[in-house]
Amino acid sequence: MLELQNIDVFYGNIQALHDISITIRQGEIVTLIGANGAGKSTTLMTISGILPPRHGRVIFLNQQISGLMPDRIVQLGISQVPEGRHIFPALTVSENLDLGAFLRRDHAAIADDKAWLYGLFPILEKRRQQPGGTLSGGEQQMLAIARALMARPKLLLLDEPSMGLAPLITKQIFEILLKLNKEHQTTIFLVEQNANLALRIAHRAYVLENGRVVLQGDAAVLRDNPVVQKAYLGM
Amino acid sequence: MEYFIELLFSGLTRGSIYALIALGYTMVYGIIGLINFAHGEMYMIGAFTGLIVAEILLIYQFPLPAVFVLTALAAVIWSSAYGFTVERIAYRPLRKAPRLAPLISAIGMSIFLQNYVQLVQTADFLPFPSLIPEFAFLEPYAGIIGSTDAAILVVSLIAMLLLSVMVKWTRIGKAMRATAQDQKMALLVGVNVDRIISFTFILGSGLAAIGGVLIASHVGQINVFIGFIAGIKAFTAAVLGGIGSIPGAVLGSYVLGLTESLTTGYVSSDYEDVFAFALLVLILIFRPSGLLGKASVDKV
Repeated sequence: MLELQNIDVFYGNIQALHDISITIRQGEIVTLIGANGAGKSTTLMTISGILPPRHGRVIFLNQQISGLMPDRIVQLGISQVPEGRHIFPALTVSENLDLGAFLRRDHAAIADDKAWLYGLFPILEKRRQQPGGTLSGGEQQMLAIARALMARPKLLLLDEPSMGLAPLITKQIFEILLKLNKEHQTTIFLVEQNANLALRIAHRAYVLENGRVVLQGDAAVLRDNPVVQKAYLGM
Repeated sequence: MEYFIELLFSGLTRGSIYALIALGYTMVYGIIGLINFAHGEMYMIGAFTGLIVAEILLIYQFPLPAVFVLTALAAVIWSSAYGFTVERIAYRPLRKAPRLAPLISAIGMSIFLQNYVQLVQTADFLPFPSLIPEFAFLEPYAGIIGSTDAAILVVSLIAMLLLSVMVKWTRIGKAMRATAQDQKMALLVGVNVDRIISFTFILGSGLAAIGGVLIASHVGQINVFIGFIAGIKAFTAAVLGGIGSIPGAVLGSYVLGLTESLTTGYVSSDYEDVFAFALLVLILIFRPSGLLGKASVDKV
């Protein structure tokens, strides 16, 4: 479904990603784990078209998307829940959701999706007229995910959804991600620092170190890999 | 008492004009964080476009209301085209440059446009025809409010009302607010931010052009420097209200307009700028981000 082919990304003269190749198949949950500054968020921003790669190509559903504008990429079916959630603070919860569906014109279906998401995250319905900035961290994370889903993405990119959240809330959010994947066949590319958690829900995983993919494989296999255990699972 | 009410209306009229210009400053600042110093010239270009179109239409003896509407329309379209173009050639290439670069570019644009209009028109004052008829129903109140004042108030209130409805309820309005609050996230939900920025310049210039035509018709003469002076005043109003805030720009404009008008009426018109800027300093001491501005640290 998505293929990163030999991607190099630079910030000015500093190279952030070195020859990254990642494949995500339809219906999978794939996770990208790594330390702070390894280039995880950069990878997602490259997929979303915010940071164009200097070399290499990104292919989505048999079409090259590297070089396209971010809005075209959203339209093709890739939505991102960025690190830090990035809720529009002065817009209401409901308006934040409307913006998730910004490129859609099927008003009736948008209303249905909103109702469905309010069902999935009842707290958002309760807060729908509140400014997004007044929500708690967990609520904001739910809103960020719901906003991304309003675009009806084929591929959902998530950047550190567990960051700064209580374990109970994190668990709740990961259950919803699993449910989306199982019941709605949403393909998920999950970036996480919490490798333990990520490797438990993912099918496959990539390990990023200093902008290079150093390990990849089935999540279950990587979980038993002594190097991963030592470096990322704290065992 | 009647004198006070007269001053009140004259202050509101001034405030309305400031508001029409200040909105452009505040919207552009809200979205790209740039003080568009060439914005006052959009007002001046609106007034000149209005003058040319109005003179032609008057030669063909169009009825006055039609002349006014067509003149305003032409001024809005022409100024909007200028606003759009200025952003494209003077600001967009500098989007990623240090903050000072587009600011200098804006000042350059302002000087360029003044000189350009001076070259193709003239540096002298030109008479501007009165486009607003005397309303018979206002005659009993002639000592309080003139027809042009009333027209300025009504037209600018309608324009501001339409603007707030647009910003609050429409798709593009939501996209504008989203872009102002978090540009990167706006990109990630699929907003074409470049297009929103262009639209903001078009909108701001159009509003300024309406102000230009209204005030030119009220004062009865224009020259190439009116944009500079009105621009500085409107910018002051925008800062007073809290730059980046749309209601702030309107409030700041009325506060400024009323202060000037009351100073002129009770002290002397020589002191109107002194009082206006003293007020600005005073407000900024107690509310550094303006009356309705948010402290810039609240970005989480």
